[in-house]
Amino acid sequence: MLAALTARQWMWAAGACYLAGFAAGAWALRRRGRPSGLIVYLLVAVGYLLQVFGLAERGRAVGGCPLGNAFELCQFTAWSAITLYLVVGVTFRSSVLGYFTAGLGAVLTLVSLAMPSWDAVRRAHAFGGNPWIEFHAALALFSYGVFALLALTSLLLLFRLHSLRARHLGGWFSLLPSVLDLDHISVRLLGAAVGLLAASLVVGAAYWLRDTSSVAAPKLLLTATVWLAAAIALGLRLRGRLVARTFAWTCVALFAVAMASLGAVNASRRPVPPPAAELRP
Amino acid sequence: MNADLFFVLGATHHDAPIAVREKLALAEEAERALHAELAASGAVSELAVLNTCNRIEFYGVAAGSDAIARVEDGFRRRVGCAPEELAAIRLRRSGLEAIRHLFEVAAGVDSQMVGENEIFGQVKDAYAAAVSRGTAGPVLNRVFQKAFQAAKHVRTHTAISAGQVSVANVAVDLAQNIFGDLAPVNVLLVGAGEIGEKTARALQSRGACRLTLCSRSLERTVTLAETLGAGTLPFEHRESRLVDFDVVVGATAAPSHILAAAAVAAALRRRSGRPLLLLDLALPRDIEPAAAGLANVFLYNLDDLAAIAAENRTARAAEVEHCRQLLAERADFLWRDLGRRAMPRPELRPPLLPGRGPAPQADHPS
Repeated sequence: MLAALTARQWMWAAGACYLAGFAAGAWALRRRGRPSGLIVYLLVAVGYLLQVFGLAERGRAVGGCPLGNAFELCQFTAWSAITLYLVVGVTFRSSVLGYFTAGLGAVLTLVSLAMPSWDAVRRAHAFGGNPWIEFHAALALFSYGVFALLALTSLLLLFRLHSLRARHLGGWFSLLPSVLDLDHISVRLLGAAVGLLAASLVVGAAYWLRDTSSVAAPKLLLTATVWLAAAIALGLRLRGRLVARTFAWTCVALFAVAMASLGAVNASRRPVPPPAAELRP
Repeated sequence: MNADLFFVLGATHHDAPIAVREKLALAEEAERALHAELAASGAVSELAVLNTCNRIEFYGVAAGSDAIARVEDGFRRRVGCAPEELAAIRLRRSGLEAIRHLFEVAAGVDSQMVGENEIFGQVKDAYAAAVSRGTAGPVLNRVFQKAFQAAKHVRTHTAISAGQVSVANVAVDLAQNIFGDLAPVNVLLVGAGEIGEKTARALQSRGACRLTLCSRSLERTVTLAETLGAGTLPFEHRESRLVDFDVVVGATAAPSHILAAAAVAAALRRRSGRPLLLLDLALPRDIEPAAAGLANVFLYNLDDLAAIAAENRTARAAEVEHCRQLLAERADFLWRDLGRRAMPRPELRPPLLPGRGPAPQADHPS
């Protein structure tokens, strides 16, 4: 019976798990308790597994990496962020990060599912049958997932800084990690995002140099700008020039810019309908 | 079941002011004599004594109709308190009400400083003493063990113990909120006064081990540094070496600022984005207030710390009713459970026999 599920059905199930993780955390906070790290982590992990099945099913149907429209891009970005969380979350030991990640995963997964127009058409031959270009796109998208998690840790850092400035240490503020912990994890995530995006650009550039007309200029410019902005932010942070609130807001802005650039990148391709089987709800 | 024979008798900070509590404090020798007297009279079959600076309470199981009166009389005579004086401040409960009271005491709900943890250990000690004396029987064993479980549940699932309520501990809380683990944090204590020492000790108690002292009096600095196991720094180097420290505690009696905002700004430029916590516990203030405006600097003065402590106290107080409800539910459950269990009638049970050996501990508190 499970084998008969479509990619979208797997993803609905994944979104429901993320939402359940977020709801479990919200319920614990409402009862003035600490969200259970284990419960949230397990729900997110189950959701992740279901999303893997969904993405694999879609990938099989389209014969490649499912990065052909806004729906697929959102699903892949959510998957990337959750992948990072499942690795980082264990060492970070923050139940609040799990709560927020579950929320982000639920939003990206369920909103993209709830918008049929986002999945009505997909780009034809997005990667020209070239596995290196597919790898380049997957790396770039994965780095955007890292930006998503970075935005979350930066938001937590902003909340923590606000609590210290406003002299409110009680309530749910007491569940937040320390300033230094949040700062360290944000710097590492930003470094990872810059590295992944750089690798993606190197792979893409090798292909582009052979055929400069193959990539639209706006896409090239936007992607390079996102990478450059992230690299500058990382450099300034490492030199101690971009700290605390300014650093956190910069990281949130980087995620917003990265997500906004996806639209422009996606629009630069010729659309065709996705596989018929995949249009079933 | 005779759980309604379970009683508590005593006096607490609620009704007995400190002068009266001083008078009611039961010395160890007097407590032993009281136990011997009650054993001889056969008035109670089980007894535990909780004796702290805020309360003196006798938890017992009556073996006769005049048990509570006998305990009260024996206690009153030993502390030299007139009957009417004790009657005016006396706490006296039995059955379910006594169980509820013990649960609230163990959970810190009944404490003067609501939510404090020390009382939990004191109740455990009182129970352990009763066990070792052989004066804890089936009722006390069960009631105390359930009290420990209930107290742990309430502390874990409510905010009754959340936040710190003393200035020194609030300061340490702030340090942990900024740096997390305090072990690698470098602390500079400027001034060798009492509040500085208290804060240093509070920081050390929560893992800070890199402590440096500096004050205008070299002799006092060296003495305190030896006591705390800390290093020393010449007072005139306090600003030039600021870059090396993560937490600076200002606690001098200097008439003007000893740490300028410009010096803080200069130190920040060489800290690679690492935050700096400044705790100004002095009056007049030691640290120039303009330092608070610098990015990545967290400056708190005495008023700030007192306000946070007050907020935490208010938050704890707001949890009291919720905790009472949770504890009452557990006490009621225990009460019903005790009622279902067949227990020997008091007249069939042996009276209190000090030194008869430890009572069996069927289910340890988890």
